[in-house]
Amino acid sequence: MDKFVTHTGNAVPLRRSNVDTDQIIPAVYLKRVTRSGFEDGLFAAWRSDPEFILNKQPYTHGTILVAGVDFGTGSSREHAVWALQNYGFKVIISSRFADIFRGNSAKGGLLTVVLPQSEIESLWDAIDANPELPVTVDLDAKIVSYNAAKVGFEIDDYTRWRLMEGLDDIGLTLKSLDSIDKFENSRPLFKPRTQTLND
Amino acid sequence: MGKTLAEKIWQEHVVHSAAGEPDLLYIDLHLIHEVTSAQAFDGLRLSGRKVRRTDLTIATEDHNTPTLNIDLPIADPVSKLQVDTLRNNCAEFGVRIHSLGDIDQGIVHVVGPQLGLTQPGMTIVCGDSHTSTHGAFGALAFGIGTSEVEHVLATQTLPLVRPKTMAINVEGTLKPGVTSKDIILAIIAKIGTGGGQGYVLEYRGSAIRALSMESRMTVCNMSIEAGARAGLIAPDEKTFAYIKGKAHAPQDWDAAMMYWSTLFTDADAKFDVEVNINADELAPFVTWGTNPAQGAPLNSRVPNPADIKDLEERGAAERALVYMNLTAGMPLKDISIDTVFLGSCTNGRIEDLRLAASIIEGKKIAPTLRMLVVPGSARVRLQAEAEGLDKVFLAAGAEWRNAGCSMCLGMNPDQLAVGERSASTSNRNFEGRQGKGGRTHLVSPLVAAATAIRGTLSSPADL
Ligand code: SF4
Repeated sequence: MDKFVTHTGNAVPLRRSNVDTDQIIPAVYLKRVTRSGFEDGLFAAWRSDPEFILNKQPYTHGTILVAGVDFGTGSSREHAVWALQNYGFKVIISSRFADIFRGNSAKGGLLTVVLPQSEIESLWDAIDANPELPVTVDLDAKIVSYNAAKVGFEIDDYTRWRLMEGLDDIGLTLKSLDSIDKFENSRPLFKPRTQTLND
Repeated sequence: MGKTLAEKIWQEHVVHSAAGEPDLLYIDLHLIHEVTSAQAFDGLRLSGRKVRRTDLTIATEDHNTPTLNIDLPIADPVSKLQVDTLRNNCAEFGVRIHSLGDIDQGIVHVVGPQLGLTQPGMTIVCGDSHTSTHGAFGALAFGIGTSEVEHVLATQTLPLVRPKTMAINVEGTLKPGVTSKDIILAIIAKIGTGGGQGYVLEYRGSAIRALSMESRMTVCNMSIEAGARAGLIAPDEKTFAYIKGKAHAPQDWDAAMMYWSTLFTDADAKFDVEVNINADELAPFVTWGTNPAQGAPLNSRVPNPADIKDLEERGAAERALVYMNLTAGMPLKDISIDTVFLGSCTNGRIEDLRLAASIIEGKKIAPTLRMLVVPGSARVRLQAEAEGLDKVFLAAGAEWRNAGCSMCLGMNPDQLAVGERSASTSNRNFEGRQGKGGRTHLVSPLVAAATAIRGTLSSPADL
């Protein structure tokens, strides 16, 4: 997982609420056997509409998604996070996220930022006024900034630390590598093995 | 204060623990199949990691595999892609795999025990919710998601929050014709599909001790249908005898026995919850609805939703009767069946096939239905053929297939048609589980066999 300390990029105003994970990535796109390549399924139903925001310049290259309330509801599929990341998003900003989606995002290294709905509206307006507007999300300082605006946000210390250190669950566990080694060395020898070690 | 069996095993496997964090548990055995492993391997590849302990990992193909013409390439492209991906991943990462055509290919939860890899006191995981099956050996075994599969592949550990413990005491003696499937269906009907949530179940009592190992696996298998991630049974002489002589039985048998004999719940241990079931009162049990808790004794009637007090449950019952096309109050035995499915990780072992064959021998299945017999593994199939069971089924008019999950979940071509009704020895009767629009009644192998002969839901006593 890449470390996330601060990110500056173009923001995409997704003026919709209740974007559920079926909309983020429909079930028919779940058949893939990789964790990458889901970008073609991202918002698949909406992207067939040429007027959809991601089909319009310069939003095709956005890295920060600014969405309406209740983003990521519905099915727990981890693919929703993968699809957003595969497409290139680093941050999702909304006034409320579904719990499971937020958990999955943290697992995968996608930052979710909660701002009050009024701040979301101001940000949308600012992007409309200047679609190329650079937006900076500073996780270290816990501030979203654009133009002259500086908006603070809250995030729990544990998740913030994990994201800033670039530690996924596996990375975190590997910090206990010594304990794992030690445990392994003391495992009883009668425990079964599926094959002889071919180190 | 003493400890429960689950607590003992848990404690033995804690690699790291800290306040406010989940425990990091060591995993003794990781079972893999084609449906839930692909993204995990891809994740390893993306981050440049390898499989930490290939010698504690084993793969088989089961969910997608066809049960006919297994020497031909898999026809369905999605199934073929998943199976090919598993084969490639196992080759790339050095994981042992039992592929279609191999003698140890079969349903992952049948293969582990039959190889002797499933042993008391182990932690066992698999990207499949019915991993609870292995709890029959006194192992702590549970299903995990794809991210967790990747985590175990990379680290051989898993961060987990310690579950609570629930004792399910089944005392008494089963009447003839009543099986372990009826025990677990009755338990689920009693505690509900969410009753076990957050708990490890320990099945105890004289009726459980009296069960064979294979029957114990049937009970533990369906722990997840009661909402529990794991269910286990303390190991005893039967457990040890079952493992002895298997390919992966411990070489240092005495050392293993010394440890295994400590694996029981201490007399002064306290469970968070206890549930009591009287085995004397149990009868053949079938489901009438669309979740495994919607079951009733075969001799009873389809319940009337109006009699159900809980509003949520009443609504669910009403919807289930519509989907199942059943009328409240009709005798369960009047329900006619189109397909009988004998198989799955619940009831696809040699004892299950023997039981069913003992009822079917010398008889014909009803001309109105088809019966699919799908052994749980290639080894089970060969064993059954050595005993002549295949001939019994074929002579009765049933179909004798190759091993796999098959119609349990209908990912391969073995599916129910829209509106078709099955009596199935599997574990899930969800809407469309066995094929879009299909209707499933969960039954024991004995009821499956008797139903196949009579054409309506029946027990051997009705023959
Ligand atoms: S037999 Fe059914 S329940 Fe068992 S592993 Fe296969 S699909 Fe899952």
